Amino acid sequence: MSGEGEAVVAAVEAVAERIESERDHLTDLDSAIGDADHGGNMARGWAKAVDAARDIEDPDPETVAKTVGKTLMSEVGGASGPLFGGSLVFAGAELADGVTPETVVAFAETYLAKVEDRGDARLGDGTMVDALTPAVHTFKKSIEVDDLDPLSALAKAVDAAERGVAFTVPIRARKGRASYLGWRSVGHQDPGATSTLFILEEVLEVAADRLDGEVPETDATSPTIPDDAEVEDVEADGAGSDGPAPEGSE
Amino acid sequence: MKKLINDPDDVVDEMLDGMTTAHPDRLRRLPDTQVLVREDAPVDGKVAIVTGGGSGHEPTHAGYIGDGMLDGAAAGGVFSSPTADEFEELIAACDGGEGVLCVIKNYEGDVMNFETAIELAEMEGATVESVVVDDDVAVEDSLYTSGRRGVCGTILVHKAAGAKAATGADLSEVKRVAEKTVDNVATMGMALTSCVTPEKGEPTFDLGDDEIELGIGIHGEPGTERTDVMSADDVTAELTESVLADLDIDAGQEVVTIVNGMGGTPQMELFVVNRKLQELLGDHELAVHDAWVGDYMTSLDMAGVSITVCAVDDELKELFDATADTPALGVQ
Repeated sequence: MSGEGEAVVAAVEAVAERIESERDHLTDLDSAIGDADHGGNMARGWAKAVDAARDIEDPDPETVAKTVGKTLMSEVGGASGPLFGGSLVFAGAELADGVTPETVVAFAETYLAKVEDRGDARLGDGTMVDALTPAVHTFKKSIEVDDLDPLSALAKAVDAAERGVAFTVPIRARKGRASYLGWRSVGHQDPGATSTLFILEEVLEVAADRLDGEVPETDATSPTIPDDAEVEDVEADGAGSDGPAPEGSE
Repeated sequence: MKKLINDPDDVVDEMLDGMTTAHPDRLRRLPDTQVLVREDAPVDGKVAIVTGGGSGHEPTHAGYIGDGMLDGAAAGGVFSSPTADEFEELIAACDGGEGVLCVIKNYEGDVMNFETAIELAEMEGATVESVVVDDDVAVEDSLYTSGRRGVCGTILVHKAAGAKAATGADLSEVKRVAEKTVDNVATMGMALTSCVTPEKGEPTFDLGDDEIELGIGIHGEPGTERTDVMSADDVTAELTESVLADLDIDAGQEVVTIVNGMGGTPQMELFVVNRKLQELLGDHELAVHDAWVGDYMTSLDMAGVSITVCAVDDELKELFDATADTPALGVQ
C-alpha cells in the first residue's frame, strides 16, 4: 500500500516538474484565448501540491490524491482550481482500495464526470473534456474489453488524449473562457486540454518506471499537435481508429 | 494612477483587517482565510445566508453581514473568485444546524468554486442550497461568465433571504424567497470612467473623455453600447427602459428600486438619477414601494451608476422592510 502511495507522490512530482517546464507554453496558449494565467496558476498550484504530498506521513493513494486536489483547489484559483483540484478530491475516493486497473478506471470516470458537471462541458466544447474523454474511454475499453495490461492501456489513453488536444484546435469553443471569443476561438489549442495531456504523459512515465516497463509503442495515428496552433496545420481527424467502442464498454 | 494602497498584493488582506477592527462587535475573520463571518457565528436555530466573490465591490459582500442579512462572506482577490476551500470554511463556520443558503453571483469562477465547496460540505454532512443571481439585463456571455451577470440585484436577494431566515423559516422557504427575488429583479449599469485595479494601476478599459459605456459590468466588462456623453436624464431613461422591458411588468405593479453608485460617483449625481427614475416609473404607472440610493455594489473607483428594479408583492415588501443591522445597511 505504502509503495503505491509513494508512486502517486512520484507522479505528482513529475507532473509539477513538467508543468513548470511548460509554464510559458501554457501561458502563451492561454494568452491567445484567455487571460494568460493558466501556466502561472498551474505551476504555482502543482509546486504547492508537491510540498503537501511530501508532507504526508505514510502516504496512501487516496490521501495523496485528495491532498493534491485540495491544494490545487486552494492554490490554482479561478475555474481551474475546482476543475483540476476539486475533481481530484472526489475522484481520489475511488483509490481507497489502492491502485488497480479497476480502481483507476473508476477514478478516471469519476474525474471526468466531475469536470463535465462542474464546467457544464461535454465532448466537442473545446475544453479539457476533449482531452479527458478520449483518454478515459480508451483506458476503460483497453482494460475492460481488450484486456490489455495497465501500461499499454495507459499508453493508449495518452495517445487518445493527444488526439483530443489536437481536436480542440479546429473547433469553436463552446465553454470556458475561449468560448467568449466565438468564432475567433477556432484555430486555438485549449490550454486546459494541453495541461491535461501533460499530466497524463507524466503519469504514464512514472507508471512505466514503477512497473519496470518500457512505455509501449501505440500504433499512433495521431495528427501532430501544431507548435503554433495554426488551424491549417491540423488534420481534421478527430475520430481515430482507437476511439471508444460503444459496445460492451459499460 | 494614484492609489491609497501599500502593496497591491496586500490590499484585500489589509482591507479585511480594517473592516474587522472597524466593526469588532459585528465581524470576525476566520484565521488564515479571507472569510468574514458574524461575530456570533454560527447562529443556532437559524438558516445561514452566505455569499462571496471577488473584492473591489465594497461594501459588497462583507458589508452586509449582520442581523437580517448575511452570516458570512468570502472575499477573493480583486475581481477574482474566492477559492473553493475558502467557501468551504465559510459554510462550515456559519452552519448553525438549520442549513446554509449560498447566494452566488453568476460568474464562472464564483459558481464553480462555490459548487465545489457545497459538494464537499455535503460530504461532511451539511445541508446546503444555493441560488445564482443573474440580474444584469445588458449582455449575455461576457468576459467572466456565460449567461447573464449577477450585479446589484444581489443585495435584494441577501435582504430577502436574510429577513426570511431571521423569522426562523426553514431552508426551503428561505431559498424560495431568494429565488422569487431573483425572478423579479433586473439591473443595468453604465460607466463614465473605467475602474483602475490596484494590480494594474491603469484603467481597465479605454473610454474617451466624451464617451460613456452603457451596460457596463462591475469588473469593467464591455457593455452593450459605447456612445457620446449623454445627460443624466437620457442615461437614466436608457437604463430604466432596458430594465423595465426585461421585467415585463404591468401598470399598477409595486416596485423597489436601487440607484447604485459604481464607487466614484458623487451622491449628488445618484440623486439626480433617482429623480428621473422615479418620474419614469410614474409614467409607466408603477408604484414605488421603496427607493434606495447609494453605493451598494461598486467597481473600485469607476464613475457610473446602475439602476435596479424589483417587482414586489406583499411578501417581498415585508422582507425588504424587515429590520437589518449590518455595517453597510441598516433598516429599522
